[in-house]
This record gives sequence, C-alpha cells and structure tokens, in this order.
Amino acid sequence: MSILGTRVVRTEDPRLLTAGGTYTDDLRLPELAGALRLTFVRSPVAHAVISGIDAKEALDSPGVVAVLTAADADDLPSPDGRPTTEPLLAADRVRYVGEPVAIVLTEDGYQGEDAAELVSVDYEPLPAVVGVDAALAGTSLLFPEAGSNVVRSGGGPAPDAAFDGCDVVVERTFPNQRVAPVPLEVRAAAATWADGRLTLWASTQNAQQARDQVAGALGLDASSVRVITPDVGGGFGAKIATDRDTIVVAWAARRLGRPLRWVETRNENLLGMVHGRAQRHTIRIGGSRDGRILAYHLDIVQDCGAYPRFGLFLPTLTQLMASGVYDLPYCGSSFQVVVTNTTPISAYRGAGRPEATAAIERAVDLFAAEIGLDPAEVRRRNLVPPDAFPYTTPGGAVYDTGEYAVALDKVLAAAGYPELRAEQARRRERAEVVQLGVGVSCYVEITAGDYSGGETSRLVVDGTGAATVYTGSSPHGQGHATAYAMLVTSELGIPMDQITVRHGDTDEVPRGVGTYGSRSLQLGGSAVHQAAVEVREQARGLAAGLLEASETDLELDVSRGTWQVRGDPDTALSWAAVAGQAGPAGLAADVEFKPASPTFPFGAHVAVVEVDTETGKATLLRHVTVDDAGRVLNPVLAEGQRHGGIAQGVAQALLEEVRYDPDGNPLTGTLADYAAITATELPSFELVSMETPTTVNPLGVKGIGEAGTIGATPAALSAVVDAVAHLGVRHIDMPATPLRVWTAIREARW
Amino acid sequence: MIPAPFTYYRAASVEEALALVAEHGDEAKWLAGGHSLLPLMKLRLAQPEVLIDLAPLRELSYIRDAPGHVAIGALTRHHDLEHSALLAQAVPLLAHAAGQVGDQQIRHRGTLGGSLAHGDPASDLPAVILALDATLVVRGPSGEREIAAAEFFQGLFETALDPDELLTEIRVPKPAGAGWSFQKFTKRAIDWAIVGVAVQGTSVALVNMASTPVRASAVERALASGAPPRDAAAHAADGTSPVEDINATPDYREHLARILAGRALEEAATRAG
Amino acid sequence: MNVTMTVNGAEVAAETEDRTLLVHFLRETAGLTATNVGCDTTSCGACTVLLDGESVKSCTVLAAQADGHDVVTAEGLAGPAGQLHPVQLAFRREHGLQCGFCTPGMVLASVSLLRENPKPTEEEVRMGLEGNLCRCTGYHNIVRAVLAAADDMAAESAEVTR
Repeated sequence: MSILGTRVVRTEDPRLLTAGGTYTDDLRLPELAGALRLTFVRSPVAHAVISGIDAKEALDSPGVVAVLTAADADDLPSPDGRPTTEPLLAADRVRYVGEPVAIVLTEDGYQGEDAAELVSVDYEPLPAVVGVDAALAGTSLLFPEAGSNVVRSGGGPAPDAAFDGCDVVVERTFPNQRVAPVPLEVRAAAATWADGRLTLWASTQNAQQARDQVAGALGLDASSVRVITPDVGGGFGAKIATDRDTIVVAWAARRLGRPLRWVETRNENLLGMVHGRAQRHTIRIGGSRDGRILAYHLDIVQDCGAYPRFGLFLPTLTQLMASGVYDLPYCGSSFQVVVTNTTPISAYRGAGRPEATAAIERAVDLFAAEIGLDPAEVRRRNLVPPDAFPYTTPGGAVYDTGEYAVALDKVLAAAGYPELRAEQARRRERAEVVQLGVGVSCYVEITAGDYSGGETSRLVVDGTGAATVYTGSSPHGQGHATAYAMLVTSELGIPMDQITVRHGDTDEVPRGVGTYGSRSLQLGGSAVHQAAVEVREQARGLAAGLLEASETDLELDVSRGTWQVRGDPDTALSWAAVAGQAGPAGLAADVEFKPASPTFPFGAHVAVVEVDTETGKATLLRHVTVDDAGRVLNPVLAEGQRHGGIAQGVAQALLEEVRYDPDGNPLTGTLADYAAITATELPSFELVSMETPTTVNPLGVKGIGEAGTIGATPAALSAVVDAVAHLGVRHIDMPATPLRVWTAIREARW
Repeated sequence: MIPAPFTYYRAASVEEALALVAEHGDEAKWLAGGHSLLPLMKLRLAQPEVLIDLAPLRELSYIRDAPGHVAIGALTRHHDLEHSALLAQAVPLLAHAAGQVGDQQIRHRGTLGGSLAHGDPASDLPAVILALDATLVVRGPSGEREIAAAEFFQGLFETALDPDELLTEIRVPKPAGAGWSFQKFTKRAIDWAIVGVAVQGTSVALVNMASTPVRASAVERALASGAPPRDAAAHAADGTSPVEDINATPDYREHLARILAGRALEEAATRAG
Repeated sequence: MNVTMTVNGAEVAAETEDRTLLVHFLRETAGLTATNVGCDTTSCGACTVLLDGESVKSCTVLAAQADGHDVVTAEGLAGPAGQLHPVQLAFRREHGLQCGFCTPGMVLASVSLLRENPKPTEEEVRMGLEGNLCRCTGYHNIVRAVLAAADDMAAESAEVTR
C-alpha cells in the first residue's frame, strides 16, 4: 500500500518543537561574528520632499559606526529612468509612512534604535493621496513626471447590449479592503561579503529569485550572489523574492566591509512589508427572474500603494478569474491601477483571486436577493456543467477539471442547509435579538499560474542508500520536507528517515522558482516524482548488471526498498549496494518539470454566523468547506493548509483592515490596532473531502494553499449580511465589524 | 520596540520605595507588573529615567477578609484576584472582571494597583472599583491617606496619586446584594473594551465612555425612582463624552452603553434572584 | 546591572543593561533562540516563557525583573532524557504547527493553561490562548493538540496513582 494518501505526521516537527526553528535572526554563524546591526530611519510622513538629513547627533550616539543615505549609494547601477521606479533609500521624496530614508549601523540593536531616533530629517509635506478617489482625481501626483496617478489600465466597459434582455440588473460598488499579511516572523536579513561575493541570508519564499533581484539591483552577476534561506516563519506571498530593505542590507554590508544583520520590529513590518488586496469593485450583474445570470461586469480600481510592485499585475489575475464557477453568456471586466501614499501592495494569499471570487459571489447574492431566490439555488442554476471541461472562460482561463455542483451539494449536505434555514426562520419569526445567518460561496481558482516557469528537483541516492532531494521549492510552513520525502519513499522504498530535503541555498540549488501561488506540490512535487522515476530506472540498469539478470526480470520491492529478481527475495539488493555501483556520486537525476497548463482547484464553503442585532457583533459559529484540489497525498498537510486559509479568509470578512487617515497616517500600525484574528474568534472547522484529479501533472494534484482564503471570505461576509437581510440589509462592506453591521441595520430601518 | 535607557532600582520595603521616589522625584516611575508601563516605554511614549521595582514587596500582595470589606494589597495580580475563593464569594464582580483583563500571560503579571494607578478609562478594573465604591489607601512622605474611588480617577491617565505616593491597598466594601454583572464589548476577546459596563446592585460604572471611568448616575437615579432596567439603561450615555476611534463613533458608543447597561442590569437582577 | 536567573535548570548570570528585555536576555545572553519576538505591543505571545512556572510574555518583562527567578523556555520543556513533554507530543500528532514561529510560545502558553485548568473545554482553550497569535494553522489543530494533551496528561496521572 502506498504511503501516498495516508496521514503522515511531519518530519520537521521534532526540531521545531524542541530546539525551535532557526529563523534569520536566530543565526549564530562564525561568518556573522562581529556583525553590525542595521536599523532603518523611516519616513513618519506620507508624502513629502526631503529637504535635508542631519546625522550629526546620531553619529555621536553610542555604538554608531555609520549613518548612510541615498547620497551614499553612488556605487549602484543608474536607475532605469522610469518615473515610478522605487529607490532603495528615498532620495528626494518620500511617498509612504514607513518608507526607508536612511540607515544607522551600530554595534548592537538597542543602540540602533536609540541612534535612529536622532537622525534628523527635514520633510516639506506635500498633499497626501489616500484612497482611490483621491488618486483618480489627480490633484496631487506621486510622480509628477508620470503625469497621472493611474499607472496601468485595461479592459473596457460592457457593451451596451450586454445587459439587454435582463429582467433584473443590480449594480454595486464595494471594497476588497487592504489587509496586512502579518507573518509571525517579520522580515530579517544578514549579509557578508568575501572576495567580491555576497552571502545573503534572507527570510524569503524563493532564494533564486531573491538572488537574481539582489544581483540586478547591485549591478552584479548572479554568480556573485549566494542567497541562503533559513527557516522562514510564514510568508503568504509577502516574502516572495525580496524587497528594498533587504537589498539595502546587502548593499550596506559591501559599503561597510563588515557583516551586517537586520530584523525589523513588528510596527515597521506593518508599514514596511507589503500589504494585500486593496481593490475597489463595481459589479453589474443581470439576469432573469428564474435565476439565470445573463451578464456580469466587474470594474476594478487597484490601489497599488506608493510604488508599483506586484500590485500592478493583480487585476490581471482578478480579470482572469472574474467569471468564477459560472457559465455566463457575457462576462467582462475593466481595471485601473493607481498609486497612493500608502504601503505598496503585492501578493497576499490568493493574490487577485480572492478578489475575483469575493466580487462575483457578492454579485450573485445581490442578484439572488433581488429576485427573491435562495442563493444556493441561484448558484446551482448557473454552474459550469461537468461535461464542459476543459472549459474556456470569457477571461481566457482554461479550467482543467471540475465538479462544481457536486462540491456545492456536498457542502450544503454537510452543513445541514435546510435545518439552518429552518432555524433562521424560527428566529426571524420570534424577532430574536440574536439572528442566524448562512453564507454560501462557490469558487474556482488558478494555481501554478506561472506554470511555464516549472520547478526543479535534483535527487541523489548515495552509497549508504540515503536519498537527498534538492528542490527549487521553498517551504515556510507547508511541510515540503515531509511531502517530498513521501514521494521518494513511495517511488523508491527508501525509508523516510533516510531522506533529506534541501532547499533555499542558491549554491546548492542554483535553479528554481520557489513557493507561492500554490505551486509547490504540483510543480515541485511532480519534479521530485519524476526525478525518483529517473533514479529508479538508472538503478534498474545497475541492479540488472549486479544480478546478471535482464531488466525486465527485475522488480523493486517498495515495501522493503530492495531490488530483486522477480519472485526471488534471496537476490535482494539494497539501495546502498545499487547506488554504490554508480560511482562516488551515487545515482542522480536532475529534473525540471514544466506542465502544459495551470490547474484549477475549486470548492464551496458554508459559513454560519450569529449576529447580535442590538450591538452588530457577528460571531462565526461554523465554517464548513469542500476544497477540491485534486488528489490528496497527505491529508494532514492538506487540512492544515485549508485551516490556515479559512482563518485568514474569515479574518478579512469580519475583522481585519489596514486603515489610513486622510493625511496618510496609519491607524492600524501596531498589532494592538490591526485586528489579526485569534483563536477566540474562530470555531473548529468542518472539512469535507473531495478529490477530482487533474491530468495536468502525473500526481493528479492541484494547489491547496490559497483555497481557504478564496472560498472563506465571501461565505463569511455573506453570512453576516444574510443574518440581517430580513431587516432590509442587502450589503455590508468588509470587514463586517460590529460598527458596520450596526450602521447597516440602522440605515435599513430608516 | 525597546525602552529608552533608564536606571533600575529594586525596593526591599515600602519605606525604601518611598525614599527612592523622594530622591528621584518626577524622573521616577513605579514598576509593579509592568504591563501598563513597559508597553508604553517600549513605544517610547513614556521615558522615565528611573524605575523603582516594587516586586519584592510581597507584603503588598494579599486578599484579606476584614469587617465589612475585603482588603486587597495593591500588588495583588489579576490572576490571583480571578482565582480567589474569598473574592468569588464576597465580591464576584471583581473576581470575574479581573479574569477579563488582557490574556492569561498578562494576568500573571499585571496588578490591581498598577492598573488603577495607570488611570486608563479603557481598562476594566477602574470602572469596577468605581462601581464597588472602593477606597484606595495611599502611602506618601506625609503618611497614609484614603481616597474614595469616586475621587481617584481625575483625567486621562491622571489619578489623585502624587508622584511620590505609593498605592498600597484597595478596600472593597462587601456588597449587600447578590446582583452584579460585567459586560465587556470587544471586537476580539483580546481587545480593550470598546465600551464596558460594571454593575454592582444599583451602582453602574462605565468603561471607555469618558476620559475617566464614570458612574452612570442618570441610570442610577432612574433605578432609584423605580424605572425597570431597560428604561433606566436608556440614560447610560447621559453626561458621557465617548471618543471616536477605529472601532466606534461616539454615537455607536452611546448606543452600546445603553444596550450593555440594560443587559448588565438584567443579568444582575437574575443573579440577585 | 548584574542579573542572575535559572534558565531551564541552569544558572545564567550576566552583566546587562537595566532596560534589557527578558526575551533579548534569553536570546542573546543565554543563547536560547527558540523564544521569538513577534510584535512590539505585547499582542502576539511568540515570546511566551514560563516564569516561576507561569506563562508570561518575556518581551514585557525586564531581565532585571527575572533576576533571582526561574525561567523555562521551549528548549527546557523536554524531560531529562530528552523525552518530549505531552504538549509537544500532542502538537506533533495533531499537526499543531506549520512554520513553527509561534510554536514555542504557543506550547508554553498551553502548558501553563493546562497546569491551571487540567480539563479545559474547547472554549476555555481558545480563550486561554487569546494572547497567542498564529497565522498558519487557523488554530484548529492547536486546539486539538491542547485537548489531546489534556487527555494524555490525565491518563498519565491516572497511571501514576494506580
């Protein structure tokens, strides 16, 4: 019986539970002995001209070795001349609170915090642009040379005729609000130079991309940079490659000629690490009174923050997935990306797809409310049917496999949907203070969207019979060491405790793409699988030689990890014996796995909330999900990913938002104010299994890491609106905080 | 994220504590559990040059039965209040409210005296002490004095304590009746109250409705003239000045005060039997 | 000032700034890096250690306040022969950790919770861990782990008394 598909506890855990992980700030390496500490001086204002920097008092502060600014960065390649290019240290302008302006290098971290306060920067404030309306109005420009705050746009309005023939058309504008990723480990880096070569330790999701990015920024060849990834305490998309702060650490280490270390504070992290989402949606949905949706248009205004990073491209993913699980005669979209004096926006768990799902699920609910039909039933009447796959959407996505109605039916059954509606009816009838709300969402999402980059795996089996996997994947909690070892043991029979998985060191794994976009198991795992198959076939040839038999007479007994002549266990050869035959390097295979297309996991969620109609407070009672990501190789890991995604998804619906005042000052700049979700706001989740394999890769797997966020947010929001729908509420903006819910109830009653 | 430099002293006795504070004047702050002060110092919102650690003063940590009142040492931790059998029986409002402060870790360090002396209207225990009509006992260079709770909280982070005085004991009258309630409204359980209401009998005090904890005197007057709980509670916001912040508008706070006061009075009535 | 404390059963004595936070004393001076810093506002609990057997957030305790006291970090939780504490074992069995950054603090907070309440309900576990943030697990398996550990520890003491 294969280990694949069974519950296997993680090999990572004994170390993490006892000694603890070694995260970047935990490193105590000889190469970093005597390292200076780097502390950033960051802008306290959202938009200003820098008219002077005076470091005199800071330089006199204890332990200060140097204070550096953009003026010292004369050893970097010239900027590319685009007006919106982001500098490493701000030179003449700052454009968001938290933007790095200078660095202080000290003997220890406490001194750094003291000295950073003493660097005196003169700011001449400029009018701050906060919110997409201010950006679009354009009275204050972040980049005057660019002439506009709109940095990208695309798509177009719906053709006039698209909504003809609709009995009912609903239009609404609502936010998909800015949130903060909040990995428990903040950003950190350490850098040292030797013989013109940089070694950079960074908390990243992909060392290879980080290496290329740092090399480019410093004007170096990639071979001059080695990036090493220690344990990473969460990424969620916000630690893809690296960013200006980490590049500054590398640059300053070269400048100073000494090793440097940096770890930000959480308050810095909440302003200096990228934020997620920040789209404004205008939906238009139309259809017939029997529940058939005929037309849907989504307009997106993406706030990408002060500098265009990946936020520039998020709307493209949103457009791609705009039609969701529905078969729509017309689906169109349009977008604009604007800059504002806020933290830059980048990928955050789902990256453009939660936005698409939240928009269409809200639209479907609004449509259902308008025609007075059950929202689950309206969904059922519009799903892409199972015989339509592969299915090409109006946005150009080709969905591989899907059973959307089955997912919906399963989740409704598991939730006990009719009983929930009956309980809701009873409470409404009795006009109880605490009402029940049920929210349903159906979703499909794209994983391994950058499939053409593929993923690498090198597999070595040495003369002791031990196996080492070198993967381009880069875990930050996902359990790759366990999952990839399972793939090797399943194929080769080498025991799990003799399999090591190495990642994240560009000297060991020079080529790789990394972990984001829910790509690792389907791409990285398929590469590992393929490498295992190749090693197996190499071994077969060698074993045949050793046993003086023909290859076709040989078999690999996976349960014992031995090669033998078929039916003759006395001939059993160990992996050590066979690999020993291959020479000192053992058996090795180098694979780059590139599928022909991405994959499209799908599912359905049901959220059940109680809303106290006197206070507006919503409490999540139950969250039931079907998340079909194809074949499940380790249910333990898959469930963990679903749980984490659900929590973040619910958090966006009910609690979390990054807020700025009109001058661009952050209002949620500490973890006391930013309402990161805790254990008390969540119930235990109810997960239903469903596996519809894909044919896109040999494992049959799709991506699971982001599904929870994508499905959970619209279901949870919908449940809150549903709880008070009988009071006349049709919509509540996210997050549905007590204040927002209470306000919605009040406004509906008047 | 780390405090500005300061000098740390440890007081071995109340006398030594008072001598130290007399020596260092307004450069010095008391350090009890440190969970009101140290967070401010870590953000550099407070930068005292001297900290006087009161932790060795074990003699100021106690919960004692006395005639007509419970005497609580100022250094008694929230955890100990929460788990005190005496308080559970004699002043359950205080035991329960102490269990709502912060989280488990914070309650292992934070003290009643520290919380009261900090004077944050958004904290739970100042309003509770106000509802209980407690008396605060203070030692200073000129000896000991007693301050009624109603006079103790004077403004935002301002109390009747002089900088050279040490809060030593809180005397909580044993309530006559069995009716009490504590309604703490938050977004997340870990948050400070958006609004809170403490009820002991017919005394009603409010958390986070003004720059100090306040008694809802209009509610109390309405109750005294025979109004039922919900009607009396309609006056909960009278005379308050709630702030606007990311969680609430003044309007919403006033509404919450009325709802929570009504619920608190109803729950107290149920407990009173 | 000179600070001396017992950490995981061994004495650690060092000269340190008066303002040194206990979490930094543990990480830098005592060389024990399992305890992590996750925030600036006493919000996240990643720095949780046991001080005289009770959970505290070591970012909000001065090393000076721990002078003369007893500290246990995650590294010190295992038994003398390296046997994992029932809470550690339960976290592994129930997949109560992913990236591991919140884990040392979460485990110690759980140990302290169970010491004070050996048979908690699910709600009591969630309330008991309100001061510990996790971004990876959604808390579902953490709660299962604590409840499982409670059962295991109850069974163990039942064994002992038999």
